[in-house]
Amino acid sequence: MQLYRGHVLVCGGTGCVSSGSKKIQEVMANELTKQNLDKEIKLVETGCHGFCEMGPIVIVYPEGTFYCQVQVDDIAEIVSEHLLKGRIVQRLLFKAPVTEEQVPSYKDIAFYKKQHRVVLRNCGHIDPEHIQEYIAREGYEGLAKVLTTMTPQQVVDEMKKSGLRGRGGGGFPTGLKWEFASKSPGPKKYIICNADEGDPGAFMDRSVLEGDPHSLLEGMLIGAYAIGADEGYIYVRAEYPLAIKRLKVAIAQAEELGLLGDNIMGTEFSCQLHIKEGAGAFVCGEETALMASIEGSRGMPNPRPPFPAVKGLWEKPSNINNVETYANVPVIFLNGADQFATLGTEKSKGTKVFALTGKLRNTGLAEVPMGIALREIIFEIGGGIMDDKKFKAVQIGGPSGGCIPEQHLDTPVDYDSLIALGAMMGSGGLVVMDETSCMVDVARFFLNFTQKESCGKCTPCREGTKRMLEILQKICDGKGVPEDITTLETLGAVIKNTALCGLGQTAPNPVLATLRYFRHEYEAHINDKKCPAGVCSALLEYKIVADNCKGCGACARVCPAGAITGEKKEPHEIDTSKCIKCGSCIEKCKFNAIVKG
Amino acid sequence: MVIKSFEDLKRLKEEAKALTGIRAGQGVEIIVGMGTCGIAAGAREVMSAILEELNKRELSDVRVTQTGCIGMCEKEVLVDVVRPGEKRITYGNVQPQDVSRIFSSHVINGQIVEDIVVAKLD
Amino acid sequence: MCQCNCEEPKSNEALELEKVYVKYEGKKGALIPVLQAAQDIYGYLPAEVLKDISARLRIPVSKIYGVVTFYAQFHLNPRGRNIVRVCLGTACHVRGGAKIAEAVTKAIGIKDGETTEDLRYTFESVACLGACGLAPVMMVNDETHGRLTPDKIAALLEKYE
Repeated sequence: MQLYRGHVLVCGGTGCVSSGSKKIQEVMANELTKQNLDKEIKLVETGCHGFCEMGPIVIVYPEGTFYCQVQVDDIAEIVSEHLLKGRIVQRLLFKAPVTEEQVPSYKDIAFYKKQHRVVLRNCGHIDPEHIQEYIAREGYEGLAKVLTTMTPQQVVDEMKKSGLRGRGGGGFPTGLKWEFASKSPGPKKYIICNADEGDPGAFMDRSVLEGDPHSLLEGMLIGAYAIGADEGYIYVRAEYPLAIKRLKVAIAQAEELGLLGDNIMGTEFSCQLHIKEGAGAFVCGEETALMASIEGSRGMPNPRPPFPAVKGLWEKPSNINNVETYANVPVIFLNGADQFATLGTEKSKGTKVFALTGKLRNTGLAEVPMGIALREIIFEIGGGIMDDKKFKAVQIGGPSGGCIPEQHLDTPVDYDSLIALGAMMGSGGLVVMDETSCMVDVARFFLNFTQKESCGKCTPCREGTKRMLEILQKICDGKGVPEDITTLETLGAVIKNTALCGLGQTAPNPVLATLRYFRHEYEAHINDKKCPAGVCSALLEYKIVADNCKGCGACARVCPAGAITGEKKEPHEIDTSKCIKCGSCIEKCKFNAIVKG
Repeated sequence: MVIKSFEDLKRLKEEAKALTGIRAGQGVEIIVGMGTCGIAAGAREVMSAILEELNKRELSDVRVTQTGCIGMCEKEVLVDVVRPGEKRITYGNVQPQDVSRIFSSHVINGQIVEDIVVAKLD
Repeated sequence: MCQCNCEEPKSNEALELEKVYVKYEGKKGALIPVLQAAQDIYGYLPAEVLKDISARLRIPVSKIYGVVTFYAQFHLNPRGRNIVRVCLGTACHVRGGAKIAEAVTKAIGIKDGETTEDLRYTFESVACLGACGLAPVMMVNDETHGRLTPDKIAALLEKYE
């Protein structure tokens, strides 16, 4: 066994890879060899740290120094200064957004300090392609405890006691779900993981799959033991190639150690797990559609009952949970349900991972106890709004969720409080919008998405979402009439009540929620033919403010329609009949002389 | 290796912990002066000897870090040993051959190697 | 089976596909993985291949066609050597993903869903690539590019032959 005096952790998550972390690893390895440090310093590729905005991220132990936005040119300096001489490279440290203070250690960065990482406990701290690193952090001990000391019924009871609710969106109690499947008769049952994370703006499941795949496998095995399944499937989006690769490695390593397969850990319990790659259909996130897809058919939902716990995959009793739900399970059995239930609110226990995106200073993954206020997530962890603009709304729960305005930001977040506000937890995507986002446009965006993804099986969803989208398009084009608002509300209510599956039933939420809190924006589009946020181009007019214009001509040169004219060093003018409202001129103008409205 | 019992898993965990222990930030800390003066006086050789010792003794809970020049250049190579909750002991003029006894008496058994100590700090 | 060797020699692709059939023989739910593998081999799913799969898996072509057209991943027409996927998910939407899509169209002259005549590029929009922290993003083949601005696009695409 080789011991090293230092470990350099380079993030190999999708976010950091796209900002160049592969190259960084390569150069780092060369540099270490060049300086004769390759026997002293170990290079480790980890999964996602959840702070993708700051990527590529490099952490140096034992100091725990957190370097961010590291470029290839910085590597030689890190090696010769820090790794050789022990001097931290100050300029690469994270800078606190407001105070500009440099923060040397991981633990002290506000983005992480406020978090409570249960699901993401290992992400970014271990090498996901080495099972030993998972085992070093109590990995598979929960499973060992379950297999050696508990009966399946005790496992179900412990799960119920923990109060864990499904993290995929609906929030159904996991223990109860397991109980239904465990009570179904039959020698053949399936355990299934929904890793078809399709909500735009959510990537916590990807992060767990890439950064800590064994926590998912362990959670699934505990579930399989509880319900009496000996086979399982993980249904992963094909858009996540790295996640699929890491899962394959994890399964092979677990099998090699006898932690997966026949007679796990020398007990009577056996279970095989397979990976199924999704083929690109959002509706497959719905459990009955997902099972149809595993069976090799069109992934269309089926009416429930029968529930999967009775008649699921290949008509056998099946239990299906998502990645985040399963990743909670090992912790519950390692530390006990009581310990788990100390976090969270009365009806929503534990933590929730939110994907913070949109107009925020710090974007990334934030895992927080249930019951925390949205304001804390957005302004403390997320660091507030970019470019000092004003907060307008936060969209939560993806295409099934809704927008929450400023006045409700202090509500404690849990499954039930969000539903009361007309949104839902969904998978936990939080997209923050500032004053430059138009709420009608956002509603149209989501409806366009669900309409495209509607599988077409039931009429309310297939036809209803189409009609709603047409009305929204009309409003954005400045052709809306006052009755449109009531039509949207009626249609929305009908679809909610009559659609076959969760996709259809929640599709109107983005529209209904924006109508509830931002009705005035709809009215401005319809009655005044104005888009207050300046987004809907049909309702905008571009103008040059003569006092600010220096006559530099940059706008005229960039205008693709030749709509801008003027003498050099004299204020220019826009011919609105020629203007195609592309916005190129605004981007080029250095003097803020062009306005839209 | 195939895990056949809870005990097997625990054994594997202890082994694995040794590999990742330094990320936990506990245990004895050894600090080597790696300023220009330190390196000139042979700090790299001392560092190599320390790592050799670590591996030989399979000490996974010892953290080795470096520091820059602390202003006692004529006493380089300087090596500090900090045992949790004890004084920080600075050894001076450390040669690679001194490393073994620093480990056997101080790092492991808490007995300070008095003849090469240059400072004791709280 | 006929022993007269009159059969046309099999193409490399057909031989590859043969291996796939062997791997999935008798397995439940094999259709989608077989289609995925066939598309990896051929680059798309030609009608002949669908017929062949139908005969081998004993699944009607009509059902296979239904599955192929249901999922966004399957393609019935040849695709470009480089697949350009521009993310128009929520996070990219609020950070200007549409401008990136416009820039792609400007750079390579095709719209969402089209393939250039020389088969160099295929342009698709997708709903989320899961790299929201770096929005707006786009993926070319297996490489994800983040923090994009419209002026970076042409040079970036030029690198892919």
